Amino acid sequence: MSAKPLAETTPGPLVLLVEDESQLRRFLRPSLLAHGYRVEEAQTGEEGLSFVRQYNPDLVLLDLGLPDVDGLEVTRRLRQWSNVPVVVLSARGQEQDKVAALDAGADDYLTKPFGLPELLARIRVALRHRLQQEGISPDKEFSYGPLRVDLSTRRVFVEGQEVTLTAIEYKLLQVLVQNAGKVVTHRQLLNAVWGPGHSDQIQYLRVYMAHLRRKLDPNPAKPRIFQTETGIGYRLRVDE
Amino acid sequence: MANEERRPTPEEMLARAKAEEERRRRGKLKIFFGASPGVGKTFAMLEAARTKRKEGLDVVIGWIETHGRKETEALTEGLERIPPREIEYRGVRLKEFDLDAALKRRPALLLVDELPHTNAPSSKHARRWQDILEILDAGIDVYSTLNVQHLDSLNDVVAQITHVAVRETVPDSIFERADEVELVDLTPDDLLQRLKEGKVYIPEQAQRAIESFFHKGNLIALRELSLQRTAERVDVQMTTWRREQGIAVPWTARERVLVAIGPAPQSADLVRAACRMATRLGAPWIALSVETPEFHRLPAEERDRAQAHLAMAERLGAEPLVITADNVAETILTTARQRNVSRIVVGKPTHSRWRDRLRGSLVDKLVRGSGPIDVLVTKGELEQAERPLRPEPRLPAPLREYAIALGVVFLSTALSWIGRGFFDLADEAMIYLLGVLFVASRFSRGPAILASLLSVAALDFFFVPPFFTFTVADVRYVVTFAVLLVAGLLVSGLTLRIREQAEAARQRERRTAVLYMMTRSFAARSGVADIAEAAARHVEVLFETEAAVLLSGDQGALLHRGGSAGELVQSEKERTVARWVYEHGRQAGFGTDTLPVAKGLFLPLTGGKGTFGVLGVSLGDRAQPLTPSQRQLLDVFVNQTSLALERAMLTEQAQKDKVTVENERLRSTLLSAVSHDLRTPLAAITGAATSLQQERSNLGTEGRRELLDTIREEAEHLNRIVSDLLDLTRLEAGAVAAKKEWYPLEEVVGSALARLETALAGRDLWVDLPSSLLLVPLDPVLVEQAFINLLENALKYTPKGSPIEVTARLSDGKAQIEISDRGPGIPPGEEKKIFEKLYRVAGTGAPSGTGLGLAICHAIAAAHGGQIEARNREGGGATFLLTLPIEGTPPEMPRDEKP
Repeated sequence: MSAKPLAETTPGPLVLLVEDESQLRRFLRPSLLAHGYRVEEAQTGEEGLSFVRQYNPDLVLLDLGLPDVDGLEVTRRLRQWSNVPVVVLSARGQEQDKVAALDAGADDYLTKPFGLPELLARIRVALRHRLQQEGISPDKEFSYGPLRVDLSTRRVFVEGQEVTLTAIEYKLLQVLVQNAGKVVTHRQLLNAVWGPGHSDQIQYLRVYMAHLRRKLDPNPAKPRIFQTETGIGYRLRVDE
Repeated sequence: MANEERRPTPEEMLARAKAEEERRRRGKLKIFFGASPGVGKTFAMLEAARTKRKEGLDVVIGWIETHGRKETEALTEGLERIPPREIEYRGVRLKEFDLDAALKRRPALLLVDELPHTNAPSSKHARRWQDILEILDAGIDVYSTLNVQHLDSLNDVVAQITHVAVRETVPDSIFERADEVELVDLTPDDLLQRLKEGKVYIPEQAQRAIESFFHKGNLIALRELSLQRTAERVDVQMTTWRREQGIAVPWTARERVLVAIGPAPQSADLVRAACRMATRLGAPWIALSVETPEFHRLPAEERDRAQAHLAMAERLGAEPLVITADNVAETILTTARQRNVSRIVVGKPTHSRWRDRLRGSLVDKLVRGSGPIDVLVTKGELEQAERPLRPEPRLPAPLREYAIALGVVFLSTALSWIGRGFFDLADEAMIYLLGVLFVASRFSRGPAILASLLSVAALDFFFVPPFFTFTVADVRYVVTFAVLLVAGLLVSGLTLRIREQAEAARQRERRTAVLYMMTRSFAARSGVADIAEAAARHVEVLFETEAAVLLSGDQGALLHRGGSAGELVQSEKERTVARWVYEHGRQAGFGTDTLPVAKGLFLPLTGGKGTFGVLGVSLGDRAQPLTPSQRQLLDVFVNQTSLALERAMLTEQAQKDKVTVENERLRSTLLSAVSHDLRTPLAAITGAATSLQQERSNLGTEGRRELLDTIREEAEHLNRIVSDLLDLTRLEAGAVAAKKEWYPLEEVVGSALARLETALAGRDLWVDLPSSLLLVPLDPVLVEQAFINLLENALKYTPKGSPIEVTARLSDGKAQIEISDRGPGIPPGEEKKIFEKLYRVAGTGAPSGTGLGLAICHAIAAAHGGQIEARNREGGGATFLLTLPIEGTPPEMPRDEKP
């Protein structure tokens, strides 16, 4: 709950909530409003798509189990013409559902039930990442906790000590840094590092990631840099 | 008392009811039977059909051969016709009766002309009469036509009369099976008249026909044959009727004919004669082929002929029997006695009499040993089977044997020469005799004779005075020579016999061994798939080809369950044959008359509830067709396999039923327990929320917060129960199969620990992982879940602040992960129980468990083929050990370069 309400003079970011269940809307709407967001609600996938056109929201909270169009399909169609960050809410806890949503272009996901602090944190990460992508702050140097990455010179430091990485390891780190805070799926990592057509080589990816982690984050019990989203992908930790 | 009415026995009544039912379900077959072409069978058939049509029956022409005859053509008008199927064969367009269209059309009565017709090669059945059988099976009545010369059993007689061999024959069984046979009779004079008028053939053909086939003598003989055959049929019908009326017909029950056949061409006549006799008597008959060791040395074509004779007998309705034995006469008599045979039919011997003197005549032995059984000796030859195959088929002994024989004689001569000072002639003769015996006992007859002759010559030349001549001074030496010669011959004959018997024994032994092995391997297996696989393998090994077992699945589909999955299973053509066999319960495919274009021979696997599968053997690529004894072996195989598979399927079904019952029981226990577990947190939430709603309550800030905490905690607890239940249900329903991938173990351990970061805060955490990267095939999501459950379990049941240890190691090709604590440990005797569903250790006061966490761990371990166990540690606390097998080799890593 560390986030402060945004300044009252600037209108808060507009969140479009696509959710067919009234109980959740009843709980989310006042909570989001209380934290300075503006909220629009849609109850079906089609309605959601047309509201995105109509209101141009800053972020979409999308339920996967919609009565008309499947949330995955909504994401896919949305991605054909919009870059708006999408955070998926789902009661389906299965990993393949999450991977499918992320691969379809969602930025993040939350499994129901979830707590409000976690939702707010995910919304903030998605919004910030959006700004980075739009080139407002293309970090030449990324630094979080013990990790510092100089993207221009391709040098990596942990607690001030330079670490030597192989070509693939560096590329992996680069992709994760560029998506800091966001879950990057195995397939997205494979596509980014090896190019399309290698998406079946998850086994290699895992071993490279294990090597990378050993170099940067040696205590598996207390990961400081990487977070494994088991069965889905990896995330570079960005604590608020 | 001949017509004394008596009550039929229950067995007879059952047989009658069965036959009655069979007849009602199947279509009726009526055959218009004639002595020769041109008597008007097709015409009569059409007229009968038109009458039926007038009576309102749905009559359709399936195939009609009018030969351009106008009157016949006129009769087809107004009758629906099924258009013929056109087949392109070697550039010629052939028209054929369309079986599938007829089955689809399903008329009440179908006319199919020319019963003996041979179908074009790509047709479903080789012969039209097989098409008709299938139509009858479908419950459609059929009218068809047949000439007497096409009947299998009369084929040879007709050929003798007309000197025209007819190839397209029809088994007598279909003639017997016909519900009605109408003889279409025309006097030879009338027929010739019709022929001359061009009513049978078009004029130019007619003249040729009259010259070759239709001369009066032929026609009279044929007419007599057809009348006689029809009369025989009526006779059989009469006895059947008598049986059905319960009139005792003692002699039919006692008659049984056995015909002994061999590879001689005359055996075919013998079979036909036996068939005619059996039919006349209304008696079942057996065709017996005795395979002696000599039989196996016959040239392949002769063995094939024996096989063909047996197949012909089977087609004519005989029960074929192949027995391997040494003594033909004894085997025939034993079989006859065992099978209650009343008449034995054998062929007349054709060899010279002196051989019988030497070896004993088969006919003689049969007649002497037959006792009450009649022995009929008819023309034809049987002795072939017992013929001592001295001259032709014996392979000449290899040159090596002759060379050794020569060497032995040389050696004997050398020995005798060296010792000639001390030996007298008797000793020298003994040395030679020893050599001859050695050769005779080792090698075949040729070298033995050579050794004998050479020994005699050498003895004479070197040691019998006058020396160095072949002249013999004293007559008594001749005895020595004779002894040498006869000893050689006798011993080599004995050796030969022993060797042959050994060979025959080996063959029998091999067959028995194979069967024994199969039965034993079936007994050792229990699963359907296992047995199917074993059966296919045995057939493959034995017949040196591919075999496959197909079994019926849920929706009646045939599923490949064992053996090769090659062409036999993949090819559309083979699959169609398999399907047909499965549906009809009869064999088909290669080497049979049904769908012979297939590469595989398919045999039905039949059990108590009908056909449940098919065994396919790929024979199309074999150089040699199966011998009758191989066929017999294959049949035994199929029987054994059917039995074993049926047993396994019944067991599986019983198992399934048992599991279902067990599941039901568990489900209801689970449901009652869960409903309690679900209600408790719900009650807490509802209670807390309602008291918060009470405006007037004097809750302080502290009290409100406590209530809110309760709501959150209980909601989380509820969520845990629900997701645990879902996980467990999915795991147990098999919906979640472990998707194993090579995965770094430290990553799963790490992510599980990271997930519990907050909960683990304030605990001493010892993590000991192997220093090298340990890749384990596992489903990361499931294993992470197991670790989390184990860690939470440790957190829940141990005092705050007590240490938790996580160690992983590679041991004995398995990954072992231990999660240990220093808590109160597990009550003795409950180390296994804690993995059961909804089991909680009593008296620990730990409230928040679902009782499912460890059950899930257990299910996950099982899904990986691993295990989980719990035990108490020395010095207090509990250890949970999860073992995961590591099978296979991890993927090789591509090279990674430095940047």
